[in-house]
Amino acid sequence: MADSQKKRRWFQALGAAAANIWLPSFFKAKIYQGPTKGVCVPVLNCYSCPSAIGACPIGSLQSSLGSVKLNLSLARRQFGLYVVGGIAAVGSLVGRIPCGWLCPFGLIQEMVYKIPSKKFQVPKFLTYMKYVVLLVMVILLPLLILDEFGGGEPWFCKWICPAGTLEAGIPLAILSGSVRNQLGFLFAWKMAILAGFLVWMVFVMRPFCRTTCPLGAILGLFNKASLFRMSVDEETCTLCDLCRRECPVNVKIYESPDSPDCIRCLKCEKVCPFGSIGHEFFSKKPVKVDFSEPKT
Amino acid sequence: MKKKWAIILFIIALALVGIGLASGEYRAVLEKARTVCLECVGIG
Repeated sequence: MADSQKKRRWFQALGAAAANIWLPSFFKAKIYQGPTKGVCVPVLNCYSCPSAIGACPIGSLQSSLGSVKLNLSLARRQFGLYVVGGIAAVGSLVGRIPCGWLCPFGLIQEMVYKIPSKKFQVPKFLTYMKYVVLLVMVILLPLLILDEFGGGEPWFCKWICPAGTLEAGIPLAILSGSVRNQLGFLFAWKMAILAGFLVWMVFVMRPFCRTTCPLGAILGLFNKASLFRMSVDEETCTLCDLCRRECPVNVKIYESPDSPDCIRCLKCEKVCPFGSIGHEFFSKKPVKVDFSEPKT
Repeated sequence: MKKKWAIILFIIALALVGIGLASGEYRAVLEKARTVCLECVGIG
């Protein structure tokens, strides 16, 4: 494994550990409730995981949108701007870097993909599904389908999110008798969704990120307008396509350095035999990998 | 040029965070995140 990818793996492990560092909660079968729980982490990490020390931005966004009508009726001016602004701040700085370098669920997917098997690509049309999920399950349904008190449900968390099942549902079902006693159809449904994704992960690299993740969909839109940018030197690039073949999400970086699907893992930089691919962050000139370094 | 847009976006994002904080949204997120999300767990 190239040095930058080893470094990335360390970052992913540290990101997962940092977001879920309050391990004593596991022994108490309760979720952590400290003040950092009000801060959204820039990754998909369920806030009902017992050891999670931050809030899930997608869960918080749905919760905020689902409360808009209720807040208006109570003359509260709360529209989810804190959550939206937080996601946009991260996106405008680094785009989808958190997906490639910090996300615990991304790390799990990459680990499962290491299981030896025949590997496949995601059909292009499925990569657009994440925008539908974002628009319908995260924004419209929580905002429009309201209960008798005027509150909306977190539809994505409830019916889709496999990270919530893995990080919160399963641990709490094991640790808490009261949770265990309430398990029913919804839990079985969510387990089936999780199992489906786990099987998919064996054959396809990061299928959840590429087809379903609403946070990846939002951050990906910022790839076109973030301070962190990829660049390709058209004079030295020979269009050999090696970068696309090594790319975990099958992006043709030489055609679209700002692709919303790019998770900024920087693997393409390392594998390019001509040193044509670089990145920039605040600096005016693109940073390029030293051509003398050994290639993998 | 794109860098300028990124900085403008970042400033707008920070402004949104500031407005949200001023209207008590941190407290709302904190309260939500402090309670077990039944939907996330799969019993809601």
